[in-house]
Amino acid sequence: MALLIDIASWILLTLGGAFVFIGGLGALRMPNLYTRIHAGSLTDTMGAMLVIAGIMLQAGASLATIKLAAILLFLLLTSPTASNALASAALLAGVRPDGHPAKSNPEQGK
Amino acid sequence: MTVLFGVFLLTLLVITALAIVRTRHLFVAVILTSIFSLLMAANFFLLDAADVALTEAAIGAGISTVLFLSALALTGEHERATTMNRMLPLAVVAVITLIMIYATFDKPRFGDPEAPVHQHVAPWYIEKTPEFIDIPNVVTAVLGSFRGYDTLGEVFVVFTAGIGVLFLFSARPSNRRNVKRRVRTEPGQGLRHYLVPRVVGRLLIPFILLFGLYVQFHGEYGPGGGFQAGAMVAAAIILYALLEGETQALRALPLHTLTGLVAGGALLFGGVGVAGILLGSNFLDYSVLAADPIAGQHLGLLLIEAGVGITVTGVLLSVFHAFAARGRV
Repeated sequence: MALLIDIASWILLTLGGAFVFIGGLGALRMPNLYTRIHAGSLTDTMGAMLVIAGIMLQAGASLATIKLAAILLFLLLTSPTASNALASAALLAGVRPDGHPAKSNPEQGK
Repeated sequence: MTVLFGVFLLTLLVITALAIVRTRHLFVAVILTSIFSLLMAANFFLLDAADVALTEAAIGAGISTVLFLSALALTGEHERATTMNRMLPLAVVAVITLIMIYATFDKPRFGDPEAPVHQHVAPWYIEKTPEFIDIPNVVTAVLGSFRGYDTLGEVFVVFTAGIGVLFLFSARPSNRRNVKRRVRTEPGQGLRHYLVPRVVGRLLIPFILLFGLYVQFHGEYGPGGGFQAGAMVAAAIILYALLEGETQALRALPLHTLTGLVAGGALLFGGVGVAGILLGSNFLDYSVLAADPIAGQHLGLLLIEAGVGITVTGVLLSVFHAFAARGRV
């Protein structure tokens, strides 16, 4: 049983690490701001979820698991919000989704 | 493993520091400073200094970034090109670096239990804290009771700094044209039209406040205390100000209340010290505050931590509001 939990935990941790890596790669290599935000938000949601689930399996049924769950909930609420705020701020500042700067006034009040 | 993590974090620190020096864009520099503080906090945590790590994360990475950004909103985002000769600063830095590297030759090995710092007064504190104060967190015992004078000094440094900033901002700007208007939305309205951050932010504020109170009153038993809690409570209210607008935040906590908090916290700390004298002992000796010396120590620590938290919250919020009010001129 312990071995099974260990294997599951390691699979989750490795997958989470892979998602963080892909997210980081995307944040570096994607062509424009919005796609980069999209890639970066992957690390905060999928990556964090898998890594924390992996650590929770390691921690077992203890107080640490509840704390990790609280952290996960906090991350799941805040990271997508931060990505959304970043994208709205970029749109308001006049960065168009196709990557070219706006010629006249940006779309306000989106 | 710890050493490996330490080297990794320190390498990232050096890279971040170089990036801060190289960038000309002040906004980027501010965000990098925040990352620097976060890395530093992780580093402190790795060295088992949880209290310092919490302070660095709350104040260094959190609040100071917000204050830097408010300052940037008043100035420009680009660093002015320097005309100074660069050879002299380079020489000074090179000489200091050489001296510091030379100084490290005399330092004890990393984590050496025989190092002077672990042999001087630390064993005494660890041995006597259960006897005199009886709380699990030795850091709080040292900070609040054994070295209460130092903490009193720190609180007054925070207090003085806050007053200094408020004085600077109370002067009217002489040259209006230099003050750029960067606020696009209605002044004092905050992010009312951004639905997602507003909903999620409002949901989180009570929990941030709750966590701040936990850190405040759990300081005797775990990492935390007035400085960290003050920063967290201030962060929650700054978040409220960003979401709902300055006006709403000032309605919840008016400026004169903030001034009262700034002075009241420092006064509470000093008052606890004076109470020690009046009850027939030394300044900042909490043992006489209750019939039982240990209960007195607990009461004293609770009160002075509250004083620290109140002053830190008041100063951070006053400074934030001072920056924000200047931006509206």
